[in-house]
Amino acid sequence: MSEASTTFLRSLPKNIFSGFVVSLIALPLGLGLALASEAPPISGIIAAVVGGIVVALFGGSHVTITGPGNGLVIVLLGAITALGAGDMYQGFLYTLAAIVVSGVLMLLLGFLKLGRLADFFPASAIQGMLAAIGIGILSKQFHIMIGNAEAKGSIVSLLAQIPSGLWEVTKSMDPAIWVAAAVGVMSLMIMIFYSKIRNPYFHLIPAPMWILILTVGFSYACSWFAIPYPLSEKYLVSIPDNVMTNLAFPDFSKAFTQEFAVAVFAITFIASIESLLSIKAIDKLDPESRRSNVNKDLKALGLATVISGFLGGLNVVTVIARSSVNVNNNASNRSANFFHGLILLALVLLFQEQLRRIPLAALAAILVYTGYKLASPALFRRIAGIGKEQFAIFIITLLTTIFTNLITGISVGILVTFIIHVILNKSVGLFIGNLFKPNILMFKEADEGNYYISVKYFSSFVNFYKLKNKLDAVPESESVVLDLSMASFVDHTVMEGLQNYSDTFTKRGGSIEIIGLDKHGADSVHPFAIRKILPFDPLKPIERYFTKRQSDLENTAADYQWNYRANKNIGVDFLSNFIFFRTREIRYFYNTLEDDQQSCRVLDVEFTEGQFIAKEVIKSTLMYITLDRSLPVFTLDREGLLSFLYTGAGFTDVTIPRHDYFNRRFHLSGKDPKAVRLVFTDQLILFLESHPFYHVESNGNAIMILKKERLLGVTEIKAMIYFGQELRSLLQV
Amino acid sequence: MVQQPFKTMLFGFAFSPTLEINIMETSRLAHFFNSKLVLLHVGEKTADKAHRINGILDKIEHKDLDFEIHWETGDPVETILKASQSNDVDLLVLGAMQRENVFTFYVGSIARKLTRQVKCSVLLLIKPAQVRVPCQHIVVNGLDDPDTPTAIRCALYTANALGAKRVTIVEEIRQQEVQVTVEDDKSLRQATLRKERLKAREESRVQHILEAMPEELTSKVSIKSQSIFGKRGYSIGHYAEVIRADLLVMNAPRKSGVLDRIFPHDIEYILSDLPTDVLIIRNSS
Repeated sequence: MSEASTTFLRSLPKNIFSGFVVSLIALPLGLGLALASEAPPISGIIAAVVGGIVVALFGGSHVTITGPGNGLVIVLLGAITALGAGDMYQGFLYTLAAIVVSGVLMLLLGFLKLGRLADFFPASAIQGMLAAIGIGILSKQFHIMIGNAEAKGSIVSLLAQIPSGLWEVTKSMDPAIWVAAAVGVMSLMIMIFYSKIRNPYFHLIPAPMWILILTVGFSYACSWFAIPYPLSEKYLVSIPDNVMTNLAFPDFSKAFTQEFAVAVFAITFIASIESLLSIKAIDKLDPESRRSNVNKDLKALGLATVISGFLGGLNVVTVIARSSVNVNNNASNRSANFFHGLILLALVLLFQEQLRRIPLAALAAILVYTGYKLASPALFRRIAGIGKEQFAIFIITLLTTIFTNLITGISVGILVTFIIHVILNKSVGLFIGNLFKPNILMFKEADEGNYYISVKYFSSFVNFYKLKNKLDAVPESESVVLDLSMASFVDHTVMEGLQNYSDTFTKRGGSIEIIGLDKHGADSVHPFAIRKILPFDPLKPIERYFTKRQSDLENTAADYQWNYRANKNIGVDFLSNFIFFRTREIRYFYNTLEDDQQSCRVLDVEFTEGQFIAKEVIKSTLMYITLDRSLPVFTLDREGLLSFLYTGAGFTDVTIPRHDYFNRRFHLSGKDPKAVRLVFTDQLILFLESHPFYHVESNGNAIMILKKERLLGVTEIKAMIYFGQELRSLLQV
Repeated sequence: MVQQPFKTMLFGFAFSPTLEINIMETSRLAHFFNSKLVLLHVGEKTADKAHRINGILDKIEHKDLDFEIHWETGDPVETILKASQSNDVDLLVLGAMQRENVFTFYVGSIARKLTRQVKCSVLLLIKPAQVRVPCQHIVVNGLDDPDTPTAIRCALYTANALGAKRVTIVEEIRQQEVQVTVEDDKSLRQATLRKERLKAREESRVQHILEAMPEELTSKVSIKSQSIFGKRGYSIGHYAEVIRADLLVMNAPRKSGVLDRIFPHDIEYILSDLPTDVLIIRNSS
């Protein structure tokens, strides 16, 4: 037996268990999501069963769970209402046809490798849309939860009816409403306080399942004690008498109408976006950090949706909450999704009788909680923390979606984001003129073997995919230096996306270091705040806009008990007597790391090269080491690249006898060759030959070490500190 | 002795505020290349103009320069094109424009037309200087193209003539050549392997070109090669900017029709956003 199949078999028990736990959640959610869309409850279960089995067989992700999704509730509800024109069941049949067509479209998206689709949406607009979906679900289900199944209207009017709805319950004379409301509120309490109860046995069963067990148990208790069950069929889930034979079949007779096309478009759009976002989010949770093949997953989801639609089920999408439960229960491959579908099917077939006893209010409570999670105050606070403009985008998208529909909402969100970017930069040309220019350069730095990526012009949600293409092509175990200094604007979507990449890289042993953001201004201290170049403020305090690199530097300093100061400093005299800076004018230094004895110091310097029109501003990281003894003035360079500078300063080339290899590789020059030769002992030469190359320069009493004419990433700085300290101890004797 | 690629240089001048700097720079280049400099003005010759240009020419550093001044009237593009043919010009020097308020450069409409239509090599200068700014680092493309050896030879020649110490030959590895779309871990491994193989192939190709170069051209400069991933013809400019090269040497595009301007490729990107001085090599033979 091959190794792969052995591991598969060995992991089977835990995947079956995980699939079982997930199916316990999928059962109430499947029923609830279908009910919330005004579709027959069983349609949600069909979607989960078909989705689990088909996507597990053909998908490209590893630990995701597929089934009916939250995001689609509002779209499906809209489609059923619009297509049915009053007749909800007929509307559902038309919508099934739309679901089948959207499945075909998703299949096409997969074949066209358009898994990139989700990359073109600004993060805050997506958040706003999801929050609107949450409010939409909550507004409707809240009424059902308190026993009022009759509430109808738009999201806004449903929300406005909540106080009067509560008042109605207290006034009501019907005991059924009282019981329904009590069941609903109790269920909501279970959802809210589930995570607060710390009993491991209690947590063996997920909260939604507890609700089903308790409510169904309550109805059995009633019948045992021969008390008439207070909830009539109106308040209970209805399931066809024979699940297997009474399947609905799509009605394609409206297939060429405009409203059908709109429905197909909306369903496909939301289904793809929800799935793609969930896949990306779950990839981050995967303990084995595998990379999902999103295009393959799209194809599988499309196929599953087509089958589900023909069987009378809802859309199949990748769902985030159930997937994360799956990961938490140690699922390790797609078989968990498969068993989730299979077990769900078994549950429905075995417990048909019990399912008919589930009160609608209990399912509504689960959905109210889900809706609340999508639009919780914590989310609002988090987005407001990123920056005013992100909050504006979020709120505008949210309100537009609530008052109109999802497609208009997200379109307005994209437009507003773009307009805000234009206003912030006071330039539309920056975006229009450079939109189609290839703005990303990637190469492998010859000596280090790390990848270097430079971004020009701007990087925002409209062209983030170009950067993603490059980043995707780098194995996550490599180090990447991402230079944003040539980009004058970087938006929130990119910053957040880069953080995600950076997390994945760190997890798999690589790193992404972002450099060149120090001169960009930001509106808040949030790490994902947008960054924009502040052109005419050379000495603006940078402490306010801490970049990731700066906080990493701060942590590094703390690790080694060094001091870190971010502020800009113009006292650069200690550097100016190095030959290197004879023709370069230092403007200031910043991001200083210093050890306790103040003998070693790492700093970022900004200096200019050349004059007038040929003047260039360069930022570089260097290390400055003071010694207790005096040294001859010398400079150590590679292959004499800078020799034109030093010959002018009265330097002569110094060769070390018996060290041909060293002489060939390094270019050593100094004012007093004899004294320099005394310093370059065999030990020092061995050290230099066996370590990566640094430009080393002595001005008589201090040493300057320089790696590259660009800022260094934190790992590079650590390597430099190590080199510098070793060098210092060798020179100190 | 290595054959001198630029025997005759042509510079079309206008009486602009930068005239003096432009003349200083081109005369200096003509001196380093040891070539004859043809200065052409499209417009009427007046005593005043002649006086001004002679005044500037009196100030140039290298007095032994072999130069001629021509005065012609007519359409600037037509006239310069005609003059470049009749004088057997090998190198046409053009100045780039600077965008207002920003340190970015582009090629003006006349210069752009000339760049496309002229039959000889073109040098686009973004920062001519009154006093010499030494050229230190030259970047040249190493595309798989029949003209590439000529471009590399010219780059090496220029490096030697101007005293530049480093020449970097850039091979661009295109996504189409990698042929694998990265979708998951497996395809990523395939793509990475393929890239390594392409890189090795490109490097050995460049190595072959270098081996064919005369020793005198290669001995004094440090020659490196670098593979980059990006858009062909454009990313080399970005690279030159990132490493702050002083001159970028490129092959001329094979064709430059209307379609290329609508769907810009290769050189068109460089023309709209000059990273540094650019030398476009056209094989005139």
